[in-house]
Amino acid sequence: MAQELMDVLATTFWMILGIVLIFAIVLIVSGVVYFVWNFINSKKDQMRGYASLKTVTFGDESSVTANRVASVAGVVTVFVIWMIATGSSLLPFQVLPTPFIGDTQFQYTATNAAGETDTASVKVRVNRFGDTTAEQLVAPETSDGFAKDDVVMVQERRAKLLRAHNNDEGGKEDSYRVTEINGQPIDLEQTVDIENATVLMTKAGSLQIRPYAGPTMESLYLPPPERVWIRFLELNAEGYQGVGLWENVMWSLIRVVLGFFLGCLFGIPLGFAMGLNSWMRGWFDPIVEFMRPVPPLALIPLVIIWFGIGEQGKISLLFLAALWIMIIGARAGVSGVNISKVHAAYSLGATKTQLLTKVILPNSLPEIFTAARVAMGVCWGTVVAAELVAAEKGAGKMIIAASKFQLTEIVIIGIIIIGVIGFGIDVLMRMAENKLVPWKGKA
Amino acid sequence: MSGLKVDDVSMTFELPGGGNVEALKNINLNIKEGELVSVLGPSGCGKTTLLNILAGFLAPTGGAIYLGDDRVTGPSSERGMVFQQGALFEWMNVSRNIGFGPEVKGTPQSEIDRSVTELLGIVGLRDFGQKMIYELSGGMQQRVALARCLANDPEVILMDEPLGALDALTREKMQSLVLDIWKKTGKTIILITHSVEEALLLGERLIVMAPRPGRIHKEYHLPFAELGVGADLRKVKQHKDFGPKRDEILNMIWDMEEEIMGRSELV
Repeated sequence: MAQELMDVLATTFWMILGIVLIFAIVLIVSGVVYFVWNFINSKKDQMRGYASLKTVTFGDESSVTANRVASVAGVVTVFVIWMIATGSSLLPFQVLPTPFIGDTQFQYTATNAAGETDTASVKVRVNRFGDTTAEQLVAPETSDGFAKDDVVMVQERRAKLLRAHNNDEGGKEDSYRVTEINGQPIDLEQTVDIENATVLMTKAGSLQIRPYAGPTMESLYLPPPERVWIRFLELNAEGYQGVGLWENVMWSLIRVVLGFFLGCLFGIPLGFAMGLNSWMRGWFDPIVEFMRPVPPLALIPLVIIWFGIGEQGKISLLFLAALWIMIIGARAGVSGVNISKVHAAYSLGATKTQLLTKVILPNSLPEIFTAARVAMGVCWGTVVAAELVAAEKGAGKMIIAASKFQLTEIVIIGIIIIGVIGFGIDVLMRMAENKLVPWKGKA
Repeated sequence: MSGLKVDDVSMTFELPGGGNVEALKNINLNIKEGELVSVLGPSGCGKTTLLNILAGFLAPTGGAIYLGDDRVTGPSSERGMVFQQGALFEWMNVSRNIGFGPEVKGTPQSEIDRSVTELLGIVGLRDFGQKMIYELSGGMQQRVALARCLANDPEVILMDEPLGALDALTREKMQSLVLDIWKKTGKTIILITHSVEEALLLGERLIVMAPRPGRIHKEYHLPFAELGVGADLRKVKQHKDFGPKRDEILNMIWDMEEEIMGRSELV
């Protein structure tokens, strides 16, 4: 227990270092871009004269708005770091050394049972990942001495084991040993650097050839943007596992809309009832207050047990995700009505029904919209998670299926689309809010 | 049409921790039709409670209110109310706010439109009918509140510190407007205020209330409201009786405050 805890703390410490490094890089780039931008704009500032002094830097937080130049530069920077880290071919020049591709060779010297030594050469051809058309090397047929020349074909970033002794005369005898690589002595579990690669002698005496990989990330972990784009075009045209990309996304959206709609349909009236009637409030209060902090994701197992992995389970889950939020929003909207407004309506001759329809309902709209925005966000997050667990179609299903086959590009495409749609939903909700409740926050 | 009668009204609130607070005790008041009454008093003297009882939002624990011969049992459009602020309906534009009273009574739209247009003129918001409430300044919002109240043609207008949140200049303009409306419409107006000057200017009859228990302490009949109609209110304030009356009432309220709070050691 204590050991595990220490391990966690150690991991956290390394994470902090890593995060600090990433932040430092981003902040330094940001600072450089800022100075360049400021330098370009310095003439404009002079033109503005004293008016520019009106902007208070400290103490007037309301005057701080997002600088759109910075936003664009920030996003571009993320892409550039991505391209540099993956050695993208979109860059005009490579910042980090790329993995070695091409031919290299080395000589090994072996000693046989008779105590004789002989040298043979090994030609190594490193071909590009996934390149099946690369010309195969052919081992030369003739060679003097007992050690025979070898050829090795290896993929970039991959290692390959060469049993150099297999074709050597007397290579199977016990005292046969490879002693030198390119004239440098080598022993078991030792490594010798050769041009663009390293050679490691394994415990069994074989040679493991590992071409130079460089510091860039392998596309298995993070593919460069152009590969993601190519995969996106492919996905867009053909889909994945027989389901179109947009069909997957549509299914996720349909579930969200249905679940959210059900949540509103039942949550808003229930919230109104709880806001208007103390019996209803008392009746539902414990249930709502208990269910509200339960993350919808925690309900997934129960929902699967009850409804299985079909649509009903997912829509029920989203309904539950939206329900409590909408109840609380509607309840707060009703309870939040200024007593002066109620008094005013009564003294203007409104009946109870009129008070409800003409004052309390419209007055609660801003709160309901806030709740709807939150509920939409939660539903979108929940649907993706639910699809990760079990689904036949959907954005979450697509990325979890792709991850099982290590199709990292599809996973990244899925994440980007999920993010863009989540953002799009919020923008749409905000637009609807501005249109329908323009008085929100201005009363 | 007839006056408003406050008949031996008492209001006792039960405190949650036990015990009672006598917010009002044996208030008797006869307000004639068309009278302009201002009510003044230190915080906690029960002025707002009295107004809420007059409006029908609160039922008194003793006594009764009569409008003419009818006993007041709840809020009604005969007694319109103008609140300090926040009582306008933000989801409606200015015209619909003003027309709310007639609308809930089922008045035909053409009639509502006609009276709204007229009222917009009276309160000086002729071109603002289509504006939303949040687009108006505080003073303009109170003009809307006044017009909304007038649209119902109430017999009594109750005002709960309607000008309390306004700046001095806007306040002065609104005071003139209240006087104009009082004179033009002949409505009974009961106005609660914190400001002694405002109480003097907007009260034919000024009632000073005292706290613990809330009761009527003193009554004045004043000429300033009549003088102020259509006149420059700053001139009225220079009237020879204005200053002494203001000082007298201020001292009175100061004494009451001291009674409640204890004499400040700094003074």
